[in-house]
Amino acid sequence: MTINQSGWRPGTPEASGESTDTFTGNRALMLEEPLLFEIGDTQTTGVDFAEAPAGPSRLGGLERNRDIGLAGLSEPETVRHYTRLSRQNYAIDLGVFPLGSCTMKHNPRLNEKVARMPGFADIHPLQPVDTVQGALAVIQNLAVWLIKLTGMHGVAMSPKAGAHGELCGLLCIRSALEARGDPREVILVPESAHGTNPATAAFAGYRVENIPATEAGRVDVAALKARLGADVAGVMITNPNTCGLFEPDMIEISEAVHAAGGFVYCDGANFNAIVGRVRPGDLGIDAMHINLHKTFSTPHGGGGPGSGPVVLSEALAPYGPLPFVALQPDGHYALVEEENAPELHPHGFGRMTAFHGQMGMFTRALSYILSHGADGLRQVAEDAVLNANYVLRSMEDLLDAPFGASGPCMHEALFSDRGFGGDISTLDLAKALIDEGFHPMTMYFPLVVHGAMLIEPTETESKATLDQFIGALRSVAKRAKAGDQSLKAAPVHAPRRRLDETLAARKPVLVYREPEQAEAAE
Amino acid sequence: MRYLPLSDADRSEMLRVIGANSVDDLFVDVPEAAKLTGKIEDLPDHASELSVERQLGALARRNIAAGEVPFFLGCGAYRHHIPASVDHIIQRGEFLTSYTPYQPEIAQGTLQALFEFQTQVARLYGCDVANSSMYDGSTACWEAIAMAGRVTRRNKALLSSGLHPHYVSLAKTMAKFTGDDLVHQAPTLEAGTDIDALQIDGETSCVVVQYPDILGRIADLSGLAARCQAAGALLVVVNTEPVALGAIKAPGEMGADIVVGEGQSIGVGLQFGGPYCGLFATRDKYVRQLPGRLVGETVDAEGKRGFVLTLSTREQHIRREKATSNICTSSVLCALAWTAHMTLLGEKGLRQLAALNHAKAVAAADRLAKVPGVELINDSFFNEFTLRLSKPSRQIVRDLADRRILAGVSLGRLYPDDGDIEHGLVVAVTETTTEEDVETLASALQEVLA
Repeated sequence: MTINQSGWRPGTPEASGESTDTFTGNRALMLEEPLLFEIGDTQTTGVDFAEAPAGPSRLGGLERNRDIGLAGLSEPETVRHYTRLSRQNYAIDLGVFPLGSCTMKHNPRLNEKVARMPGFADIHPLQPVDTVQGALAVIQNLAVWLIKLTGMHGVAMSPKAGAHGELCGLLCIRSALEARGDPREVILVPESAHGTNPATAAFAGYRVENIPATEAGRVDVAALKARLGADVAGVMITNPNTCGLFEPDMIEISEAVHAAGGFVYCDGANFNAIVGRVRPGDLGIDAMHINLHKTFSTPHGGGGPGSGPVVLSEALAPYGPLPFVALQPDGHYALVEEENAPELHPHGFGRMTAFHGQMGMFTRALSYILSHGADGLRQVAEDAVLNANYVLRSMEDLLDAPFGASGPCMHEALFSDRGFGGDISTLDLAKALIDEGFHPMTMYFPLVVHGAMLIEPTETESKATLDQFIGALRSVAKRAKAGDQSLKAAPVHAPRRRLDETLAARKPVLVYREPEQAEAAE
Repeated sequence: MRYLPLSDADRSEMLRVIGANSVDDLFVDVPEAAKLTGKIEDLPDHASELSVERQLGALARRNIAAGEVPFFLGCGAYRHHIPASVDHIIQRGEFLTSYTPYQPEIAQGTLQALFEFQTQVARLYGCDVANSSMYDGSTACWEAIAMAGRVTRRNKALLSSGLHPHYVSLAKTMAKFTGDDLVHQAPTLEAGTDIDALQIDGETSCVVVQYPDILGRIADLSGLAARCQAAGALLVVVNTEPVALGAIKAPGEMGADIVVGEGQSIGVGLQFGGPYCGLFATRDKYVRQLPGRLVGETVDAEGKRGFVLTLSTREQHIRREKATSNICTSSVLCALAWTAHMTLLGEKGLRQLAALNHAKAVAAADRLAKVPGVELINDSFFNEFTLRLSKPSRQIVRDLADRRILAGVSLGRLYPDDGDIEHGLVVAVTETTTEEDVETLASALQEVLA
């Protein structure tokens, strides 16, 4: 299919409002872009290859005869297609990205440069270990930093992202309990936890029970202790928690869980608040994943790749996954994998991914860590907490801060929708923030606060930027409290108005179909 | 510190607004016993950009990069030429530094690219629908086994011997905890696969077959698909080399119910094993059992076409412990690289690339099979084949590495305790391999085998 020569318009032109009333549907630098399949075709290519020498094939008689239907574009068209698409995205490079619990901080470009060095980017995971000593050194150096920063005993580097790290931690716990001849069935999870926590516990074969929160936004320690018993394998706690608060009773919680024969898993999504100031190992934690794509600045890339190494206590380290790097006395780096595991790591629970984990993220994270150093990382936590408290105290006269009275927050500030006028919701406020040129905060999470708005500015925002953000937030908050109905229409200045998510779910269209096929499918 | 914009004056002013005397006041909830006051021992302080680049550059130079030497490794990760524009596209800050597209009005770039990606993956695999990526091929493979269990309500999976041993290893790890029953045997150095011998019964949830398999062999899966269907089991096909699908039949075309794979070959470099890009596709009727994120088409308030994350009631942030998977962050930037590279290729380019890979592999296999002490195992292959060497291949690979030749993957490393298979060497040949590379390998092999 080719573009309508009279000019391509998105959607149905007759339904368009006044603001898109141009011949093309474009609005100056806000450019519409068709789908690849509407502008490309199967005979166009953006690469040149040498002619393949002719000869009989040895494909087992399975030559592909049917068309695949893959549209191609020339190189200039390809670059333009994706560049035009890119301009419809918000990004940290454009402004504050205050998503609570996501730690959207600046992504240093040195990290990108380092990760692309051929010695890291162009090596195969199954090369003989003598030919990848530098890569193994990167993994080992990063492992040492993570162990020291957390005060833990060991670290499993291979988990691919946070949720995969959670799985790793729970499998360690389960292995340790089974080795003790005491398999247990239940994992306790606070109500305020990330959705991945209960999902991971279920994925690892556990039954999940919720632990309530107190009025002050902390884990209800009494309720937790009351539930502990011989069937509880462990608890999954987020600290600092998803209300943006440090759990002051963490040591007491850990001691109680250990006394009952269980283990403590910590969701490390919020490690940015305490790096260099608190070591989770000193809080009695047995396992914690570290999102390198949060605290250690590897880019989030629109939804990954992440990387979720898991630091482990002395009790759990023997059960960690394969493979891992071992530094030998002669300075040589060896790999412990299936072959030598019976001798060197007999209790490990096995492999949880092909190869060695997210090497490309390890180089970036190590580059970030070496840049900051121990002193800089401590400053990261302090500035992150300072920025969040600055937002909290600059807003609490206008927005309800449910836990504002109980003291300072950590790296994120939590507000509720209390006091909004009429039927104005958190969603409306968030969409209005888009019109102000900011990405909204995390909404409706944690679940324990009504209409929650969780704001995590991170340490890489300047005071001037925060002041502008606070000004915009105050402006939309005032409109929300006044019940300003125009918020219902927001955003009006973004590449798209509000999208119909109900329609998308009711009649899922998940792949492109050429118009004639789509009609046939109706 | 160059990444921290606050000045000391800013900090003082902000503390005044907060009403705190010092930043320590903000950490009051941390118990005294857990407060770190001094420095953590043995950790250095901050360093300049120049210094960090030098330190890491020195480590990078301790590795032999594939591009420096004759290079023949495959087995789940392949070296292909990636057009320069792909890396330019994924380094656009609007893609690189954006988050998961939860606010679709300001994330149409990522969402539309993922919708295009889903379409390309579904078409390449010959399936109805695909998701927007998994961590990698190995984790996608386990998720497919888990999904087949949900669909069939059975829990016995038959893994063919040609499935990548790391994928098998991962599945065994998970099955220990989920209680699934896995049936698997290591492969033997033969031209034929074991797929006709797989015993499918009324308990079988799925049969998992790699195509082409770990030894590079290609088997027609149509008969197996029919046997699965008759027994009410699902056929899960794993592909670790998507370029192959430019030359051979799509798994969906042969009746696969779920097709998963490693996307790394297209757009994503070797990177020592990660990050990669897991691909996951299936039939329309199983869409609500899919793990991971899905992008769907819809309209905005003005009736303009747009894209959103959809069917999220399958996912952990809504369903919590009842979710289809615990996956959250997946591999979107790698998916973007994949889709940009696939767009540059187009159908024409992909077919040319596949033809070139196959022709070079055929020539290399014939040349290497002439070396005394070397026997070609495969009747069929795409760009990767297995040689039986007269000596255990593991030491041969090490000896050749000493001569700066990365000769392939020794099956002795992948199957350490399996006797005869230690003579197997899996050799991959792509468009990046030159005739000189093959000659160099052939003559060096002759010497070390002599």
